[in-house]
Amino acid sequence: MAMSRIRGAFAVPKKGETFELRSGLVSQYAYERKESIQKTIMAMTLGKDVSSLFPDVLKNIATSDLEQKKLVYLYLMNYAKSHPDLCILAVNTFVQDSEDPNPLIRALAIRTMGCIRVDKMVDYMEEPLRKTLRDESPYVRKTAAICVAKLFDLNPAMCLENGFLEMLQEMIGDPNPMVVANSVTALSEIYHAAPETQALKVTTNTLRKLLMALNECTEWGRVTILTTLAEYKTTEVTESEHICERVAPQFQHANPSVVLAAVKVVFLHMRNVKAELASNYLKKMAPPLVTLVSSAPEVQYVALRNIDLLLQKQPEILNKELRVFFCKYNDPPYVKFQKLEIMVRIANDRNVDQLLAELKEYALEVDMDFVRRAVRAIGQVAIKIESASEKCVNTLLDLINTKVNYVVQEAIVVIKDIFRKYPGYEGIIPTLCKCIDELDEPNARAALIWIVGQYAEKISNAGDILAGFVEGFNEEFSQTQLQILTAVVKLFLKRPEKAQGLVQKVLQAATAENDNPDVRDRAYVYWRLLSNTSDPGATKDIVLSDKPPIVTTIHSLPPALLEQLLTELSTLASVYHKPPEQFVGQGRFGADAVQRAAIEEQIQNARENPLAAAAAAAAVTGSAPPPQSQSNVENLLDIDFDGTAPASAQKEPSGGMSGLEGLAGTPVRVESPAAGAPAGSNNLDDLLGVFGDGGGAPAPASSSAGAGADLMNGFAGLDLSGNGTTSPPPGGSQPKKTNEDIMSLF
Amino acid sequence: MLSGILVFNQKGENLIFRSFRSDCRPRLADIFRIQVISNPQVRSPILTLGSTTFSHVKHENIYLVAVTKSNANAALVFEFLYRLVMLGRSYFGKFDEEAVKNNFVLIYELLDEILDYGYPQNTETDTLKMYITTEGVRSAIANSATDSSRITMQATGALSWRRSDVKYRKNEAFVDVIEDVNLLMSATGTVLRADVNGQIVMRAYLSGTPECKFGLNDRLLLDGDSAGGGSGGGGGSSFGGGSSGMVSGNRDGTTKATRAAAGSVTLEDCQFHQCVKLGRFDADRIISFVPPDGEFELMRYRATENVNLPFKVHPIVREVGTTKVEYSVAIKANYSSKLFATNVVIRIPTPLNTAKTTERTSQGRAKYEPEHNNIVWKIARFSGGSEYVLTAEATLTSMTHQKAWSRPPLSLSFSLLMFTSSGLLVRYLKVFEKSNYSSVKWVRYMTRAGSYEIRF
Repeated sequence: MAMSRIRGAFAVPKKGETFELRSGLVSQYAYERKESIQKTIMAMTLGKDVSSLFPDVLKNIATSDLEQKKLVYLYLMNYAKSHPDLCILAVNTFVQDSEDPNPLIRALAIRTMGCIRVDKMVDYMEEPLRKTLRDESPYVRKTAAICVAKLFDLNPAMCLENGFLEMLQEMIGDPNPMVVANSVTALSEIYHAAPETQALKVTTNTLRKLLMALNECTEWGRVTILTTLAEYKTTEVTESEHICERVAPQFQHANPSVVLAAVKVVFLHMRNVKAELASNYLKKMAPPLVTLVSSAPEVQYVALRNIDLLLQKQPEILNKELRVFFCKYNDPPYVKFQKLEIMVRIANDRNVDQLLAELKEYALEVDMDFVRRAVRAIGQVAIKIESASEKCVNTLLDLINTKVNYVVQEAIVVIKDIFRKYPGYEGIIPTLCKCIDELDEPNARAALIWIVGQYAEKISNAGDILAGFVEGFNEEFSQTQLQILTAVVKLFLKRPEKAQGLVQKVLQAATAENDNPDVRDRAYVYWRLLSNTSDPGATKDIVLSDKPPIVTTIHSLPPALLEQLLTELSTLASVYHKPPEQFVGQGRFGADAVQRAAIEEQIQNARENPLAAAAAAAAVTGSAPPPQSQSNVENLLDIDFDGTAPASAQKEPSGGMSGLEGLAGTPVRVESPAAGAPAGSNNLDDLLGVFGDGGGAPAPASSSAGAGADLMNGFAGLDLSGNGTTSPPPGGSQPKKTNEDIMSLF
Repeated sequence: MLSGILVFNQKGENLIFRSFRSDCRPRLADIFRIQVISNPQVRSPILTLGSTTFSHVKHENIYLVAVTKSNANAALVFEFLYRLVMLGRSYFGKFDEEAVKNNFVLIYELLDEILDYGYPQNTETDTLKMYITTEGVRSAIANSATDSSRITMQATGALSWRRSDVKYRKNEAFVDVIEDVNLLMSATGTVLRADVNGQIVMRAYLSGTPECKFGLNDRLLLDGDSAGGGSGGGGGSSFGGGSSGMVSGNRDGTTKATRAAAGSVTLEDCQFHQCVKLGRFDADRIISFVPPDGEFELMRYRATENVNLPFKVHPIVREVGTTKVEYSVAIKANYSSKLFATNVVIRIPTPLNTAKTTERTSQGRAKYEPEHNNIVWKIARFSGGSEYVLTAEATLTSMTHQKAWSRPPLSLSFSLLMFTSSGLLVRYLKVFEKSNYSSVKWVRYMTRAGSYEIRF
C-alpha cells in the first residue's frame, strides 16, 4: 500500500502538495510522518524545491527508527545550505548520535555531518570527529577517516590545527585493512588538493603497511592502495622488485579495475628492475589484459584504450593474441573502432593473412563508419608490413570492385598512401580511374587527382581526366582545387604538348575567379615558376622531385605524452589519450593554470638553451634559423598545442608533432627517415593540414637541408593558425609538393 | 572521486539523484538528459562536458550514470556501476524502472552505504543484506547495538564476505562449472576464433569458518605438484570423470587415477573471487579460500587451446538473382551420444527486404521472425552424434535502391550438460574446519553458447 502511495509521487503534482507534505510531517502518527518524509525525498529527486519544508523535516530527526533517520539526514544534506541557521538545531542530535552505542548510528552521524556544508556545523565537528577517529569499531573509524577529507575540503585550517592529518597518517598502521584503505584514500585526496600539506608521504615503513593491507582489504580499497603505490617513486631496485612481486598476484583479481591498477603499478615499477625480470612480468600481464576484453562493453572500452597505450610502449606484449580482438557482430561501435586500432598495432608478418581476411570481412558490413575504418586499417597494414603490401592492394582492389560508394572512396584514399610508400603498383591505376565518376568526397577526389598527376606520363588519358576536373574547377572543394592545380602543372611539365591550354585555363580560374587565398597563392607561385625562362630545368626539379616515402600511417602519441599517460593508466586521461589538464578545467587544473605552466616552461627553456628560445621566437615571427634540438622543438609544440588547440582537433596536432620531431632529428631527410622517427612525413602532412597550407606560406630562404625548410613551413603554418586564419583543412595528399619545392622557391 | 550517482528512465526522467560532493548540482541531470538520452549521436559511454564527466551504463530500461569532476579512475567507475546493477538485481530480482520507483528509499540507503564521499566502500551483497533490508523487518536487528557491532565488524573485517556464526546440520557444497564457448567461423569453414569463458559457481552451505582447497586439472598445477601428489587430509574428497554425472563422496582421493584419465587443460588466465588467497595461487597455483556463505562465483577462467566445439554447422546460402535466397543449413552434434543438448536455437539471418519464407526441417521447428530478420530454428533436444538439416527459401521484394546484403553471421545458442568445451574437470575440493566435520560435495558441468557465430 505504501508502495503505491510512493509511486503516486511520480504523477503530476496535485495542488497544494507542499501543504499536504507539511501536514504529514507534523502528524501525530509516526507512520504518517515517515511516509511524508519519503514523499518529500521523492519530490526532491524529481527536482522540485521542497526546501520550505526544512523546519518540519528537521523535527523528525530525533527518532530511533534508523531508516527514518537516514532519510532525514539525506534531506539535510541536500538543503542544509538553504537554511544554515536552522542547522544548528540538528547539531545536538548529531553530536548525540556520534556517541550512540550502535556503531552504525555513530558512523551515520559522522558521515552525514561531513556532508552538511554549513559553517556552523563545521564548528561542532571537531569533537565528534576526534572521538570517532579513535572509535573501537573499525566501521566507525573507516567512516571517520573519509570525514577528515570532507572537513579538509570545508575548512583546511581547522583540519590542520586539530592535527587530524597526523591522526590519519597514524591510521595507515591500523590493524583493520579497510581503515587503512580509507585513510590512504583520504590522505591522497587531501594531498592532491593541496600538495603543500605533504599529507601522503610513502616511506619504507608505510610501504610495508600498504602491501600488508593490500591482500586483505576490499576490492575498492585495493584500487586505492595500488594507485598510491603507482604514484610512489622509488629509486631502489630491491624496493621496486618487492612491489612488483607483491602486486603481481592481483592480476588474478575478478574486478577489472583492480587488474588495471595492478598492471599500472607493475608497469611503472618494472622500469627499475632487471630486464629479464621485467620481461617476465610483461608476459604475466598479457593474459589478464586479454581477459579484460571479455568484460562488459564499457569496461572493455576502458581496457582497450589502455591496451592501446601499453602497446605503444611495449608493442610485443600481445603479439600472439590477435584473435581476441576480432570484432563481434554485436559489439558497440566504440569497442569495434578501438579493436581495429589495436589489431593494426599488433599486426606482424605472421598474423597478417588472418588479419586481412578479417578486415575484408568488416569492409563488407553495413555500418559506414566502421567500414571506412576497416578499409583504412588495410592501408595501415600495407604500409606497416612490406611483405603484405601486395595482398593488401589486391584486397583493396576487390573492395573497389564491390562498387559500394563509400568503400571505393576510402580505398582510393588508402591506395594513394600506398603509392607514396611503394613503387610498382602503377598497373592498377586504370582500375582506379574507372571509379572517377563515383567519387564525391573531397578527400577521395583529391587522392585520385594526385595519383593522376603523379603518374601522368603513364596514363594515356590523363589530360582528358584532368580537363574534366578543370571544367568544374570553381565548384570543387578548395582541397580538391589545390590538387587539380598541382596535377595539371605536373602533367604540363611531363607532357607539355597535351596540357598547354589546360594549364592556362586552370591558372586563370585559380587566380582570377577564386576567393581562397591558399588556392590563389599556389596558383601564383606556379605561374611565376612556369614563366621562369632563365633556368627551364628548375621548375621540373622543384615540382617533379622525388618524395620521401612515408613511414607509417598509424597514429601514435608523442613519447612525452605517452610517458605521462602511462602514469595515468585506467583513468579518464588514458581513455581520452589526453593529459588530464585538458579536460578537467577546475581549480588547479584551470585553463589559466595551463597557460601559466606553458609560459613557465618556455622561460625555463630559454634559460637552459638560448637557441631554443630563438626558435620559439621564430615560431612567432616566422623568420629564424631552424631549431637544432629535437626535444626543444617538441617542448615548444607541446606548449602551443596544450594551451590553445581545441580538444576536438587534438588528434592531428599530436600526430604532427611527432612528424616534425622526426624531421628535426634527421636533417638529411632522404637517407633514413625511419631512424628515430616513428612517425614519418605523413604526420607532417597532418600538421600542415591542420595549420593551413604550409606550401603557400612565405618562408625565408634557408641554407640548411630540406628538412629545415619543411620545419619552417610548419612554423609558418603555426603562425597562421595563431593569428586566427581558418584555412580549410586540406587532406593528407595536399602538401605533396616536396621540400625542395619550397626551398628553391627562395 | 565520484561526485554523484544518477538514475534515469528511458524517457529521461530522473529517478534517483544522489550527490556525494558539493560540485554535483541538480542541473547536471538536465544536461545528461539533453546530451545523452535525447541525442542519438552519442557513441561513447563516457562524455566530458566542461569539467564534468558522465559515465553511463544502460541496464534493462534505466540509465545508471556516474558524475565525476576530476581525472577519475574510469575502470573503477564502470565496474562500480555494474556492481550497483548486480546489487539491484540481488535485492529486487529485476533492476528496472519499476524496481527503482518502488524501492527508491532503499536505493538511497544503499548508495549512502556503498559510497562515502564518492569512494566505493563495501559492496558485498551478503554483508549489505544484513543491515539494509527490503522489508524494514530486519532493520530492527541493526537497531540493537550488540548485533550491529557484530555486523560492522564483518563489514570491515578481513573476512568481510562471511559471517562467523554460520551453522548447518548437513554440510554441503555444490560446484557448478559453467562454460560459455565462443566461436567465430569463416565462410570457408576455418575457425577464426574459438575460446571458452568459464566460471565456477559455488554454493557453500558449510558451518563455521571452513578453509577450502580446490583443485582442477590445470596443466600448470599438475606439472607442478606431481611430486606432492594429492595429499588431501580427512576432509578431502575427489570427483570422478564428468561423464558419470554427479559424483560425491568423502573418501580419500583417487587423484592419481583421475589425473591420468582426465588429461589436463591449459588455462590461459583465471580471475578469482576476493576470498581466494591470490598470493598462494601466484606462488604455487593452489586455490585456497574461506568461502562466503551461500552462492558466489569462485573463479572465472579463459581457455583457448583444444576447444571442443559441440556443434558443427554447414550453411549453404545462395542468392538467386535479386528476388530469392536459398538456404541449406546442416548442423551436427559433435559430442558423445550419451549426452544431449537442450534448447538449441539457430538464428539464420535473412535479407531486410524478405517478403516471405518457406522452410523445411528434419527436426525441430523453424519460424520466420520478420522483426529480427531471422529464421529461427529451434530443436528442443539434440542427442549426441545426430545431424539435422534445414532447407529454406526467402522470397524478396524488389527495392528501388538495390543495396548489397551484409550477410550477418548465423548464430547458435544451446546448453549442454555434463560437457566442458575446454576439458576442464574438478579434481578435488577439500574442506578443513576446526570441528573437523565431514561434508558432501557435488559437482555439475555445463557448456553454453557464448557468441557462437558462423559466417556464410
